[in-house]
Amino acid sequence: MARKLPKREVVIVGFGWTGAIMAEQLTAEGLDVLALERGVWRNTSTDYAVTNAQDEVRYRFRHDLFEQLSRETMTFRNSSDQTALPMRMLGSFLPGTNVGGSGVHWNGITWRFLPSDFVARSHNEERYGPLPEDMTIQDWGVSYEELEPHYTTFEELCGISGKAGNLNGRLQQGGNPFEGPRSKEYPNPPMDMVLAPKLFAEAASGLGYKPFPFPSANMSRAYTNPLGVSLAPCTYCGFCEKFACGNYSKASAPTTILPVLMRRQNFELQTQAMVLRVLKAADGKSVTGVEYITPEGEIIEQPADMVILSTYINHNVHLLMVSGIGQIYDPRSQQGLVGKNYAYQITSGVTVFYDEETHINPFIGAGALGMVIDEFNGDNFDHSGLGFIGGGFIGQTQTNGRPVESLAVPDGTPKFGAGWKKAMRENYGHSVGIGTHGAVMSYRGNYLDLDPTYKDAYGRPLMRMTFDFTENELRMSDYLTDRAVEIAEAMGGREMTVSRRKGPYSIVPYQTTHNTGGHIMGASPADSVTNKYLQHWQMPNLFLTGAGAFPQNPGYNPTGTVAALAYHSAAAIRRSYLRAPGQPMVQA
Amino acid sequence: MRYLSLAQSLTRSSRRIRIAGLVALSACLFAAATHPALAQGTNDWSELQRGLYLSRVGDCAACHTADPEKPMAGKYALDTPFGTIWTANLTPDEETGLGEWSADDFWRAMNEGIRRDGAHLYPAFPYTHFTLISRADSDAIYAYLQSLEPISQDVMEPDFPFPLNIRFVLNGWNLINFEDRSFTPDPERSAAWNRGYYIAEGLGHCSMCHSPKNFTGAVKDGDAAYSGGMAEGWLAPALRPGSGGPGLSDWSKDDLMAFLRHGRNSRTAAFGPMAEVIDKSTRHLTDSDLDALATYILDLPESGEAPADSEAIDTDDPAMQTGALVYATQCSACHGPDGEGIPGQFARLKGSSLTQSSDPTTVVRLVLEGVRSVPTEKYPTPHAMPAFDWKLNDAEVAAVATYVRNAFGNSAPAVTADAVAEIREAQ
Ligand SMILES: Cc1cc2nc3c(=O)[nH]c(=O)nc-3n(C[C@H](O)[C@H](O)[C@H](O)COP(=O)(O)OP(=O)(O)OC[C@H]3O[C@@H](n4cnc5c(N)ncnc54)[C@H](O)[C@@H]3O)c2cc1C
Repeated sequence: MARKLPKREVVIVGFGWTGAIMAEQLTAEGLDVLALERGVWRNTSTDYAVTNAQDEVRYRFRHDLFEQLSRETMTFRNSSDQTALPMRMLGSFLPGTNVGGSGVHWNGITWRFLPSDFVARSHNEERYGPLPEDMTIQDWGVSYEELEPHYTTFEELCGISGKAGNLNGRLQQGGNPFEGPRSKEYPNPPMDMVLAPKLFAEAASGLGYKPFPFPSANMSRAYTNPLGVSLAPCTYCGFCEKFACGNYSKASAPTTILPVLMRRQNFELQTQAMVLRVLKAADGKSVTGVEYITPEGEIIEQPADMVILSTYINHNVHLLMVSGIGQIYDPRSQQGLVGKNYAYQITSGVTVFYDEETHINPFIGAGALGMVIDEFNGDNFDHSGLGFIGGGFIGQTQTNGRPVESLAVPDGTPKFGAGWKKAMRENYGHSVGIGTHGAVMSYRGNYLDLDPTYKDAYGRPLMRMTFDFTENELRMSDYLTDRAVEIAEAMGGREMTVSRRKGPYSIVPYQTTHNTGGHIMGASPADSVTNKYLQHWQMPNLFLTGAGAFPQNPGYNPTGTVAALAYHSAAAIRRSYLRAPGQPMVQA
Repeated sequence: MRYLSLAQSLTRSSRRIRIAGLVALSACLFAAATHPALAQGTNDWSELQRGLYLSRVGDCAACHTADPEKPMAGKYALDTPFGTIWTANLTPDEETGLGEWSADDFWRAMNEGIRRDGAHLYPAFPYTHFTLISRADSDAIYAYLQSLEPISQDVMEPDFPFPLNIRFVLNGWNLINFEDRSFTPDPERSAAWNRGYYIAEGLGHCSMCHSPKNFTGAVKDGDAAYSGGMAEGWLAPALRPGSGGPGLSDWSKDDLMAFLRHGRNSRTAAFGPMAEVIDKSTRHLTDSDLDALATYILDLPESGEAPADSEAIDTDDPAMQTGALVYATQCSACHGPDGEGIPGQFARLKGSSLTQSSDPTTVVRLVLEGVRSVPTEKYPTPHAMPAFDWKLNDAEVAAVATYVRNAFGNSAPAVTADAVAEIREAQ
C-alpha cells in the first residue's frame, strides 16, 4: 500500500529545464507547487567547481551527469519486423538526471524555429504537392507569432549571446536573414570568435552565404536576467557540452531560475523521487496525482489538483503508456496516438586538416561558440526536384579539444599504435570540424510503444523505440553534406574527411539528444495528444512539456522552442485555466 | 525531512528541500495571545514589529537560533578561548526560557549582564555593548521575545575550568572591563552619526569581532578598536586604516551600504560569519539606519599606528613566479587575469583590503576551504569559491597567496608554506 501524502495544487514531475520554468511561472502566480525529481540536488559552484569539473573520464565516459540505465532503459529496433533489444549503455542520446536535467550539460545553442516549421504539412503540400503516403507530419496548432513573446522571455532568462537577423521585419546585417521576425535583439552580443569559425565564415561568405554567430547560452559578458539572477562571462574552457559549468557561464535551470525559485515559500522540491505512474480518476476524465518510489523503496502517493509531466520526451511518453493514459499507437491499424510520430535528428560532418602553421587551439571552446549558415534549413531554399523536404543548418562550433573525445585524424590513419599516435600528434590543433544538423520528418513506421518482453526494475514494461532514417532524410543529409564539402573546400586546408550519415540508424554513436514526438500537440484530439497549450485533450488537468509535443523534428536544436512552448502553456494556465480549473482551454 | 534554512537545503543529502524565511509574524501573535504572562505592550502590533526589528539589528538569532526549527531557543555552542558556552533559550518557556522573566529582569540582563536569579552572565553575551541601549528598545525586544512560541530546551552550563566556572568571578572581570553606560548623543555630530554610533556600539556590537581582545577576552578599545579581530577563525578585517591593514579607506558609503544590504558590492562578497550577519541582521536595516551605520563606520578615526610598510614583492621572486602560474591556471577564470573579478559575482583582488591585510589567515583559509556567499534578494545566486586544499600543497597555496597579495598593484608580506601548514592543521 502506498503512503498517501496531503494533496498539492500543482505537482511537477521532472525538474529539468521545463519543470523549472513551469514551477517558476506557477509559483509567481501564487500556486502551491511541488516538484518531484528522480535525481539529486547539485550545487553549481561547488559540485561543478572549476577545480574538478574538467574530468573527461568521469563526465563524458562514465556518464556522471547522464541518466543511469541500471534500473530503467528502453528497447530498440530499426523496424517493426525486428525484435527490439534493451539499450544497455547510453550512446546516441544522453539525457540527464538530477536537478536541472539535460539542461545542465547541454551546449546552449538556442534557436527559434522558422515560421514555416509550425505549418510543415500545409506549407510543404501547398508548395510541392502531396507528400509521401507514409510521411505523417502535421501542423503544430500553434504559430510562430503566438510563440514569439515566449521565445523572447526564454532568451532573456538565459542571456543568449547572438545577433538578430530580423527585427520586427527589418533585416539586420550579421544575423540570420531567414529567421522569423523577432521583437527584440538578443540580450547579449555574440561570443568572441576564434579562428576556426572565422575560417568557416569566410569560406561561406565567399560562396555567397550569410554566416552568423550561433545563438548561445554561454555568456559573452556578465549578465543579470529579469529574475535578478546573475551569470558570469564564459571563459571558453572547453568543458561545456556533456559537462556542467561551475562558473555560472552557461544558462541552465540551476543557474538562471533556481536561485530565485528555491527562495519562494510556495515552492517545494522533493529529490530522489522516482515517479512510476500517473494516477487517473475512476471516470478517466482527469488525473488525481502521481505515485513515486523513494530510494528506500517506499511507495508514495502524491495527490494533486494538477499534474505537469516534464520528464523529457522518453519518460513522458513512457509514463503515459504505463499509466494507461490514452491509446498506444499501433502502426498497422494507425490507431492510437501515444508514441506516434517519434522523430530524431540527422547529422553529418566534414573535417578539414591544416598544416602545422595553422593553429586552431581547439581547447579554447564553448558549447555554442561558432558560426553557422541557415540557407539550407527548413524551406529556406527551393526543394523542387530534390526529392526531399526539410533541411538543416551547416555550422562550425569550436566546443573543445578534449584529449580523449576530440582527436580527429585523416582518413587512412591506423586505428591504434605508432601510426595513430604520429597522426594524432601531427593533427591535434590543426583540424576544423564542420557539422550539418538536419530535420527528421515523422513516419508511420517510426514510433514508440511498450516492449512485450523486457521490464524495468520497478516491474514496468520498458518502452520500445522503433526508428530508422528514411529516404527523405538520407537524401536531405547528403545534400547538406555536399554543401558542407563545398565550404570545406573553400577553407583552404590540406585535406579533408567526410562523414556522411548512412542508414540504418544506430543508437551507439552520439548524435544528438534531440528526441521528439510521442505526445504530439495539435489542433484536434483526432490527431494529437495535447492542445496547443500542452494540455491533455481528454484529461484537462494534465499537462506535458518537452519536445514530445513536436509533431516532427525541424532542423534546429530544440530547447528554444521547448522552453517557448512551456512559457506559452504557463501563460495560458495563468490567464485562463485557473479561472476554470479542470476545463479544457481549447474546445475539441 | 523538511529543511528551513538555505544552508541546509543546499546540502546534498537533503531530499525535501524547502526554504522558509523567518517565523511569520502572525504565528508569533497567535502565540502571544495564548501566553498567560503578558506584559504591557506585548500584544501591540507595532511594538512587536519594533522588537523584531531591533532583535535583527542586534543579530540575536545568530547565537540564539541554533536550529532553524526552534527560533530563539538557544543552545548554540559558542567557542571561546576559555571553553564552550551554550546560548540561552530566549523563548517564553517557563522552565527553560524567559517565561518567568519580567521586562525589568530583561532590562537588567541587557544593561548589567545579570540574570533573573542574580547570577552574572558571561560576557560572550554582549551586555558590554547592550548596556548602551535605551529602556524602550529593551522593552520592545522583550515584548517580541515573549510573543514567540515557547520552546522547551534545556541549556547546559558552560564547560569552563575553575575558577571561571564560578560566575562570581565575573565581578572581577566586570570591574576591569565593564562600564554601565547609557547613550548621550554628541551634539557636535550629525543625527546620522549619532544613530550609527548607537547601532554599532550598542545592539550591533560590531567591535566584538572587528577589534582585537585583551587577555581576559574583552574587546580592546582606544587605538586598537576596529583594527581587526578574529571570528570563528576568520579574520574580521580592520574597519579603519592602521596597523591592521588599509581598512575601508577607499570604500564609499554606497559600497558599504550595498555590502551590508545585499552581501555584495562591486568589490567583494561577504562570506563566513559576516555573511551570516548580513543574512540575519544588516540586510533588514531600514535605509536610514543603514545610512547611519555606514556614516559612523566610515568616520572611524585612522588608528595612530601607521600601516606596516610593505613593498610589493618582486615579480622575479620564485614564490611570485609559482604563484603567477597557480593563479593563471586555478584562479583567473573567475577573478580575471588582472585580478579585477566580476562585479557582484567574483571578488576583486586588485586593491582589496582583505587580500592585503597584515594577517593572511583569511586569504589562506579562502584558498584552502573555499567559501559560499550569502544569497540575498538582489544577488540570489549563491556563488561560491571552491576548496583547493585537496589540490594545492602548502607551498603552492603560499605562493598563490603571496602572488595575489603582491600582484595587480597590491602589496603585503609574503606568506610562508609553514604558515599555510599551520592554518591547514588548525582547520
Ligand atoms: C549533450 C547535450 C547537448 C545538448 N545541446 C543542446 C543545444 O545546444 N541546444 C538545444 O536546444 N538543446 C540541447 N540539448 C537538449 C536539451 O538539453 C533538452 O532539450 C532540454 O534539457 C529538455 O528539457 P526538458 O525539461 O524536457 O528535460 P530535461 O531538462 O532533461 O529534464 C527532465 C528531468 O526529469 C527527470 N525525470 C525523468 N524521469 C523522471 C521520473 N520518472 N520521475 C522523476 N523525475 C524524472 C530527469 O531526471 C530530469 O531532471 C542537449 C542535450 C544534451 C544531452
